[in-house]
Amino acid sequence: MDHLRRMPVPDATGPDQIFQRALTNGEIVLPRCDDCGAYHFFPRVLCPHCHGTAISWHPASGKGRVHTTTVVRQKPERGGDYNVCVVELEEGVRMMSRVEGIAPGDIVIDMAVTAFVGEAEGQPAVLFKPVEV
Amino acid sequence: MTTKLRGKSAIVGTGHAGFGEAHGLTAYDVMAQSALAALGDAGLKLSDVDGLFCTMMEDSMPALMAAEYLGIQPRFIDGTMTGGSSFVNYLTSATMALEGGLCDVALIVYGSNQRTASGRLVTASRPPAYEAPYNPRYPISAYAMAAARHMHEFGTTREQLADVAVAARAWAQHNPEAFERGPLSREDVLGARMVGDPLTVRDCCLVTDGGGAIVMVRADRARDFPKAPVYVLGSAAESSHRQISQMKDFTVTAARESGARAFAAAGVSPSDIQAVELYDAFTINTILFLEDLGFCAKGEGGAFVEGGRIAPGGVLPVNTNGGGLSCVHPGMYGIFTVIEAARQIRGDAPGIQLKDVDLALAHGNGGVLSSQVTAILGSQNTL
Ligand SMILES: [Zn+2]
Repeated sequence: MDHLRRMPVPDATGPDQIFQRALTNGEIVLPRCDDCGAYHFFPRVLCPHCHGTAISWHPASGKGRVHTTTVVRQKPERGGDYNVCVVELEEGVRMMSRVEGIAPGDIVIDMAVTAFVGEAEGQPAVLFKPVEV
Repeated sequence: MTTKLRGKSAIVGTGHAGFGEAHGLTAYDVMAQSALAALGDAGLKLSDVDGLFCTMMEDSMPALMAAEYLGIQPRFIDGTMTGGSSFVNYLTSATMALEGGLCDVALIVYGSNQRTASGRLVTASRPPAYEAPYNPRYPISAYAMAAARHMHEFGTTREQLADVAVAARAWAQHNPEAFERGPLSREDVLGARMVGDPLTVRDCCLVTDGGGAIVMVRADRARDFPKAPVYVLGSAAESSHRQISQMKDFTVTAARESGARAFAAAGVSPSDIQAVELYDAFTINTILFLEDLGFCAKGEGGAFVEGGRIAPGGVLPVNTNGGGLSCVHPGMYGIFTVIEAARQIRGDAPGIQLKDVDLALAHGNGGVLSSQVTAILGSQNTL
């Protein structure tokens, strides 16, 4: 957690730094392998699919579906119930997040969601909201 | 295809300590008492131990600390940390070290005081950086999401999950060593406090103190000990991820591979197994592992466990000591799957002793369904 709680680095070159710097600018970018064309998440210095090292960054579509979800139950005085889910993005990667703007118990598997840059633990983070239908 | 290690090592001693609440004792105290119990069972002394296999939640060098505490200077140490599966994994490394002549007496040992020290699960590992900001309650949230996905894909019901806990309690009720022995019904489980949908607090393992230990030697010496030897016929591991968000298929664990290889190494199949000891940290675990280890087809685990089918008198004896759900769960349960499997084969299980057990399975799970290790244990008759 320590390394998430830091200021943007102007000359950031590490994969984690690039992702976090984009977030602080309100953008969601994803790493994609130039060799095999597959996206991956979390950011890293190699492609976990083909093990190539030519990684480039691309704006995320933001389109995703809830792959699975749970409600963390806790007493109201400790903050109340909240959602934790895993979303699969159109790019084929999965990330842990939460869906906001809907009661945590109403979030269901396969629900279509859209990413936005919000805040988690006082830091910029990828969050999701239900797609308006 | 069996491996060169089939039947080359044997368990000649098991022991445990501090089940439930070990007031006033540290985790290393419980570890040491477990070691003495297992060595006593084998008729050996601590000074005989020259191979140590240990990990704990306490600090980053638990195997070294354990050796120092015990006052031994082992010539072989393995402290590989794969969570609760570590101790089943050590069956493989202990067998290799014994067979390779790197040690002669292997002690696998673990201790914890997590209940009396903190009252909740203690873990030394940090939440992964890309998951931590969303505050998953580990490990519950991970298993809850696997359960939700299993229900979504296969129609598994909360009632079926509850039946896993009910069966575990039914075994525990006969086991004087088990921590929770009161009556438990399906309605009790379903009506309990929800902690992480779809799991209630009764779908979750106990939080207890406790430690366990196993003494192993080469098979050629195994008959020189007081108790009937229990042979390691096959053991295999597979790891699939660290972070739950990176699990490829939330309804299929790496137990499919670890199980298939352990069965092949032992030269037996699921239908030969007479006692099944699974790492049941949560009710969904038992369903997933029964499927992945080949006791039923994928997606049929819910129906398989329904209505007492894995309880005493059912079609398959599963977690005959009461499991992590009702017997003991001090943070890492894996070693107790091996101890109960060994005791069923030896004929000195503390609760319900099954008749003439020659083959038993012990399965360990570590991380958040991340590390899967399966071992097939057998009596003299299976060599
Ligand atoms: Zn690639």
